[in-house]
Amino acid sequence: MNFAATLRIALLALRINKMRSALTMLGIIIGVAAVIVMVAVGNGAQARVEAQIRSLGSNIIMVLSGSMTSGGARGGSGSQQTIYEEDAAALMREVDAIQAAAPTLRGSGQAIVGNANWSTSFIGTTPEYLDVRDWTIAEGRGFEPAEMNSSGKVALIGQTVAENLFGDASPIDQVIRVRKVPLTVIGVLARKGQNMMGQDQDDTLLMPINTARTRVIGVTQAKSRSVSSIMVKVKEGADMKEAEERMKELLRQRHRLQPGQDDDFYVRNLSEILQAQEASSRVMALLLAAVASVSLIVGGIGIMNIMLVSVTERTREIGLRMAVGARGRDILTQFLVEAITLSVIGGLIGIVLGVGASLLIAQLAGWPTALSATAILLAAGFAALIGVFFGYYPALKASRLLPIDALRYE
Amino acid sequence: MAALIEVDGLGKDYLMGATLVPALRSVSLAIDAGEFVAVMGPSGSGKSTFMNLLGCLDQPSRGRYRLGAQAISQLSRDELAQVRNSQIGFVFQHFNLLARTSALDNVALPLLYSQVPAAERPARARQRLSQVGLAERMDHHPSQLSGGQQQRVAIARALVCNPQLVLADEPTGALDSHTSIEIMALLQALNREGITIVLVTHEHDIALFASRIIRFRDGAVVEDTPNTPNDAAALLASTAAQTAA
Repeated sequence: MNFAATLRIALLALRINKMRSALTMLGIIIGVAAVIVMVAVGNGAQARVEAQIRSLGSNIIMVLSGSMTSGGARGGSGSQQTIYEEDAAALMREVDAIQAAAPTLRGSGQAIVGNANWSTSFIGTTPEYLDVRDWTIAEGRGFEPAEMNSSGKVALIGQTVAENLFGDASPIDQVIRVRKVPLTVIGVLARKGQNMMGQDQDDTLLMPINTARTRVIGVTQAKSRSVSSIMVKVKEGADMKEAEERMKELLRQRHRLQPGQDDDFYVRNLSEILQAQEASSRVMALLLAAVASVSLIVGGIGIMNIMLVSVTERTREIGLRMAVGARGRDILTQFLVEAITLSVIGGLIGIVLGVGASLLIAQLAGWPTALSATAILLAAGFAALIGVFFGYYPALKASRLLPIDALRYE
Repeated sequence: MAALIEVDGLGKDYLMGATLVPALRSVSLAIDAGEFVAVMGPSGSGKSTFMNLLGCLDQPSRGRYRLGAQAISQLSRDELAQVRNSQIGFVFQHFNLLARTSALDNVALPLLYSQVPAAERPARARQRLSQVGLAERMDHHPSQLSGGQQQRVAIARALVCNPQLVLADEPTGALDSHTSIEIMALLQALNREGITIVLVTHEHDIALFASRIIRFRDGAVVEDTPNTPNDAAALLASTAAQTAA
């Protein structure tokens, strides 16, 4: 008997027992769909955290000014201005693991264009800042060395600032007044979205650090080279912990701190915080996958039960088929093909439902979902395997019966 | 004429708990091609066991069995399936039709396991259904057919692979007497075409339609006599005439 004939027999048998076939498939469908949806939701959450890490820039370490102790009362970080623009240059120069270090001077103020105005925070920094933050310029150009040296009156603005001050018009070459200082917009930064705290990272304005210091903020002469913080990007593949240690050593040396004396600066590893969050979201994704696997296993047990019952209740049919000339292997192939057909159809429906539900969740609930090809294949494959195994095993038993025993089966 | 069936010392034991119970002690007989044999006996006499052995549905505990040119006792399970498919047609007391399956598909079932090309199958099944008088009922499911009609479908199924031998195990056991006679007329017509028929029954008047009656008791043959068969078709005609008058 050829395969086409077996297939025809099996499909005929499935069509005859529509209800039973549908119920058998239901287990597979639900199991497969559940795994796909759960994994998609888990992966989506993880992907969101990863996207946040990317938007901050990867491998970032921040150096902040230390605290001042005055009469036994310790101020917060930045209460004393202890880090300098030169520290950033030295870090870049002397620590191999550092790719870029950008000193920043922060401030905030009203930005005014014509009769539009917008309160924003600004950052005086160097061109390295964009490298550290993995930020690109969407339109226009970055700072040029001449502008850096001569406290050029130029600015790069974030998307939010551009929208609020210029609407749909191009901001390039327009003049913005920040704390009464006119700055020419030379570029608009690419959209970066919210950071993990929900702050709008696009609501910002960058200017050369000298411009910020001398023209906009106007720092006292004594602390003329001090900065708010230094953002450091560690090279890809370098050990963050080691880079941090090397940075601390260098800064202590530069600040002439004696052994035993406290650091006059703080070092914050931002990526670490995010990585912790990523780890927890990975745990959640795993948890969801585990729950889904349980439902797949429960579905598998359902398949097993229905297959066992179906083969048992069809023992007389098997006997009849044998009486009219079916060999043991004809019976076996028939049931195997039936099981495979059910599993494959059920698996496909499950995939469609699972993918559909994932997209629906993303649409309606606004949760990020990320479909995983591995999960889809694994779930469908596992369901098919269960269906085939539990269809095959009782059929094998039945195919070994004597025809008369199968015919007489009650 | 060479015998179609030849059994020699055929026996079958069943294990009941720990003891071996002989259902069939030792049967030796021959059935010629073209015979219509009725096998009779009370329940437990071994007549069904004998039939199952003839039909290659069960394996004998001892003895030899030859069907046509083949020594059945030496065949493998797959070869036995082949014999059941091509040489033997079965008619059961409870019809054993596949539910929710059309009469046509039921009749075509043995063809699925045969060498008959797929394209010829529906035509052959249709021809056999017409032969048993169900040309109009091919698409009906068993539940939509009367008992007599279901048994006709079963007979058509038994014939579809052109067997030499039809084994009928109490074919009229689930039917009323009028329908029983109709079925017997059908079997007699087949017998006249040259098909050998072995029929198990415990009804004496059904056995009288056969040309030879074998009686079983306690697992052995106790009587084996030729019989001048009643003509079922003639009986039906006369009953019809009486009803009309």
